[in-house]
Amino acid sequence: MSGPGSNDKPLAPAIDGWHTMSAKPCLIGTQCDQCGSYFFPKQTHYCKNPECESTDFTEVELSRTGHIWSYTNAGYKPPAPFVAADPFEPFAIAAVQLEKEQMVVLGQVVQGVSVEDLKVGMPVELVLEPLHETDEDIKMTWKWKPTPL
Amino acid sequence: MSNEIAILGAGMHPWGKWGHNFVQYGVAAAREALADAGVPWQDVKFVSGGATMRCGYPGYVAGATIAQALGWQGAEVNTSYAACASGSQALAAARNKILAGECDVALVVGADTTPKGFLAPAGGYRPEDPDWVRFYLGITNPTYFALYARRRMDVYGDTLEDFAAVKVKNSLVGSKNPRARYRKCFTAEDVAASAMVADPLRLMDICATSDGGAALIVSSLEYARKLGKGDAPRISAISTVTPTYASSVVEMPDIATDSAAADGVEAQAYRASLPVKAYEEAGIGPEDISLAEVYDLSTALELDWIEDLQLAPRGEAAALLRAGDTALGGKIPVNVSGGLACFGEAVPAQALAQVCELTWQLRGQAGDRQVEGAKVGITANQGLFGHGSSVIVTR
Repeated sequence: MSGPGSNDKPLAPAIDGWHTMSAKPCLIGTQCDQCGSYFFPKQTHYCKNPECESTDFTEVELSRTGHIWSYTNAGYKPPAPFVAADPFEPFAIAAVQLEKEQMVVLGQVVQGVSVEDLKVGMPVELVLEPLHETDEDIKMTWKWKPTPL
Repeated sequence: MSNEIAILGAGMHPWGKWGHNFVQYGVAAAREALADAGVPWQDVKFVSGGATMRCGYPGYVAGATIAQALGWQGAEVNTSYAACASGSQALAAARNKILAGECDVALVVGADTTPKGFLAPAGGYRPEDPDWVRFYLGITNPTYFALYARRRMDVYGDTLEDFAAVKVKNSLVGSKNPRARYRKCFTAEDVAASAMVADPLRLMDICATSDGGAALIVSSLEYARKLGKGDAPRISAISTVTPTYASSVVEMPDIATDSAAADGVEAQAYRASLPVKAYEEAGIGPEDISLAEVYDLSTALELDWIEDLQLAPRGEAAALLRAGDTALGGKIPVNVSGGLACFGEAVPAQALAQVCELTWQLRGQAGDRQVEGAKVGITANQGLFGHGSSVIVTR
């Protein structure tokens, strides 16, 4: 299998509708019209706040910057449905606190950044990178990238 | 207290990677528990099983499957599934039946046969299932354990040596437990030499998956007294509470936490809420605990649980560990069974195995790993989708 991005295949989101595909990408969540809770993945039918009975939500772009809550890496190839490159390349993972939304979102960390480069509290921003490649396209997903201080 | 039931018998099939049908482990554990209780199988009127999701249809109806294997005798059956808390929910079902006066004596049993390697989700393209999504993005169970472990390091100053010390401590007591799967006394050097799975956790910091079976015979206090076992250990509390919105720690299998942005909503830590209800129900506090069996899915997670059970102030569990207080012979021994470090996880059996250990400890039958003068024990565990449990056993 050739490495992702090594050809002219079109880019497609790995999971439809979970993030924008723009140059400054954002995760797409929802916000409850009544209580203001944010949801990612999108919640569109019932609010999970036990004090709220709302069924109305507005789609919103979540903050594309936050701070690292914690981090780790994948030293071994995860099982399917993960699609691993051959040979498997370990990657870092971060849990990132979004201030406005007051929630933590997981994601891979961009290629080339290892756990030694990370620290709890470090500022990061959201970018898109390939997750894996199919015969038709390159599947893109969100990843966290440390931002210069 | 009026809501207590008696533990008359405990039994376990040794943990391992035996590769047999789970029913075999369940039957062996049940028979040992029946013999230990001195209760004839024909007298058991309720069989409450923890389900296994990896052994086909018989696993989904484990209570009935094991009752049939023991020989149909007309008991009522129940099967509970609640991930790692399955055994506790099966135990709660038996307690409800007994306290409602609908049966005097019940069998609670859980057994599992596990596949090798990472636990993986169901197949297909299913982005609506958070368990599928996180595996698709490369996020395994050790990822979550490692996030918690790294946070301890960066926020509280815990070290890799602390995590290794948990493994060394648990393997030392586990070596004295004939039912444990791993009985070698590992050293800090062994841990440091094992492969890095999810930084900062190495292979030996993370629990394996195992085959095993555990069973309890429980009864009304009146039935216990009639058998001359009025002083048997008692279940004084079973907490299986859900998290409270907004759950602020990212938990398996979710990709994000709840949002605490709404007015009047506060961020809540789930693990810490489980024992609160257990302490309330038992009418005791952390100062009364003689020993604890906690879910050390990773070495670092044992330290989190010690704080969640309020056995140490937040961030100070490692200091307790370094002082030897959580070892056998220490002030508050934790995981004297050897814990998951020595057992590996057999999901529907694990919460019951924790109660089996407390039962033997409170009877003074734990041999080389006996906690002297043990009077009150507490368990804690947690699995997927907000399932967790904490059980208090007193004598």
